[in-house]
Amino acid sequence: MNAPVPGPRGPGRSAWLARARPWAGLLPFLAFAFLFMIVPASSIVVGSFQTEAGAFTLANFAHLFKPSILDSYLVTIKVSATTAALGGLLGFLIAYAVTLGGLPKPLRSFMSTFSGVASNFAGVPLAFAFISTLGRVGLVTVIFRTLFGLDIYDSGFNLYSFWGLSLTYTYFQIPLMILIIEPALDGMRKEWREASESLGASSFQYWVKVGIPVLLPAILASLILLFGNAFGAYATAYALTGGLINIVPILIGAQVRGNVLHDPNLGYALAFGMVIVMTISILAYSWLQRLGSRWVK
Amino acid sequence: MRRRAGLSWLWFSIGIVYFFLPLVATFLFSLRGKKGALSFAAYRNVFVDPQFLRTFGFSFEMALLTILAGLALIVPTAIWVQLKLPKAKPLFDVLTLLPFAIPPIILAFGLIRSYSRPPFALVSSPALLVAGYVIISFPYIYRAVDAGLRAMDLRGLSEAAQSLGAGWGGLLFRVVLPNLRTALLSATFLTLAIVVGELTLAVLLAWPAFGPYMAQKGRDYAYEPAALAIMSFALTWGSIGIIQALTRTGRDKGAGLNAGTH
Repeated sequence: MNAPVPGPRGPGRSAWLARARPWAGLLPFLAFAFLFMIVPASSIVVGSFQTEAGAFTLANFAHLFKPSILDSYLVTIKVSATTAALGGLLGFLIAYAVTLGGLPKPLRSFMSTFSGVASNFAGVPLAFAFISTLGRVGLVTVIFRTLFGLDIYDSGFNLYSFWGLSLTYTYFQIPLMILIIEPALDGMRKEWREASESLGASSFQYWVKVGIPVLLPAILASLILLFGNAFGAYATAYALTGGLINIVPILIGAQVRGNVLHDPNLGYALAFGMVIVMTISILAYSWLQRLGSRWVK
Repeated sequence: MRRRAGLSWLWFSIGIVYFFLPLVATFLFSLRGKKGALSFAAYRNVFVDPQFLRTFGFSFEMALLTILAGLALIVPTAIWVQLKLPKAKPLFDVLTLLPFAIPPIILAFGLIRSYSRPPFALVSSPALLVAGYVIISFPYIYRAVDAGLRAMDLRGLSEAAQSLGAGWGGLLFRVVLPNLRTALLSATFLTLAIVVGELTLAVLLAWPAFGPYMAQKGRDYAYEPAALAIMSFALTWGSIGIIQALTRTGRDKGAGLNAGTH
């Protein structure tokens, strides 16, 4: 009777402990990520459903449909889509040129290195670079005026509005596209092209029937990444326009700093809208990535 | 074939023009600090401004703290996951890459909202800024470290070290870290380049950092900002140049260079 009888849950419990113990090594990292990433991000979502007193409400979302707010979402989407398309197209063509296009090898490693630098050359310095280039007394503006007698500002261009911001963003979008599409282009097998040529396909037919379909998921995934990259950009726009352009990140910044409309819950709703856009982008991105990896390894 | 290479040259040249024209324009602009002559006057003006040294020093200090904290969090965890808990790898991957999906403006907003009230009134402490920077640099640090770990036989090394009597400390400091040197330096320089010029968190948390200082200069001056832009490009270029030189000698090719904080 005195023999210790292992309780029915005894072995199960120690097995559970043995399995749980390795997780303890992850605790510092998990705690940090939880406190400074998950908590802040969720607090935005929670805050957008709350009144200032903390009660539940859906009223904040009604703000999102005010014409001025709706307009800022439209401008942000337009800038993001334009720069994703422009940067995506140029980045793809450049990446194609240095991977499969028959250019000397050193140009490729130069372009990859430079893209690493240029995709990080953003924010305030990038804004200054474009002011020096396309501002009222910028190099290109002056060249156009003195050589061709054309004042680009008279013909409607303004660095501090839509096209100026888009050209500036494109500067970091192109190298980002190069960096993310290069692996996919590397995965294009020479044999596919040889096979289609030996079957009598023209270069055009090869691209329409083989090249584009194979690359499509990777291209779309990259474009989505570029879109999200531009959608959340704050520093470049802030430095370029001094916070005067009507895009969502700038509006959120103004709400946080409390110097325009004193309605923090509008800030949450604005930010929540951005969280939704980013979430959709990420989900679409990872779905397309999986789709693309069927062909391109 | 020749025709195709011709088109390739065209795309390549367009890229070169787009990348270098703004840099050339900025450099020329920065030389116009003195009326009527090209000079480095704008650079001199920047250097003699006490605000420049103060804000740069502040951001540099924040960058060092970020690097220390980031490495201390990521490196042991990455090693632990690889040796003891491979099934946690997907979770670890997602959490370290997630900051790419959270724009800094959202992170700043959330940090302010979460930590501006007691008992967690951290908003006026630089610790919160550093915490935010650590989150922003997670993807960069993790990818460099992960590439470094994959380039070595961690399991074999750890078994060898333990069979020779090394404990966890010995394994970490005398076996793994020396082998990770390249990866650690990559992570360090990349984080440095990103944090020193960072604007969003610094502006919203109201710190006298280098990013907000540059933005302020941009509003008040004409040529000094161009000089600052050239200098900060040189910093980024220098940091990434060092990484490239390091990774070319090591095996961990391309230890994760990607999108910055825009």
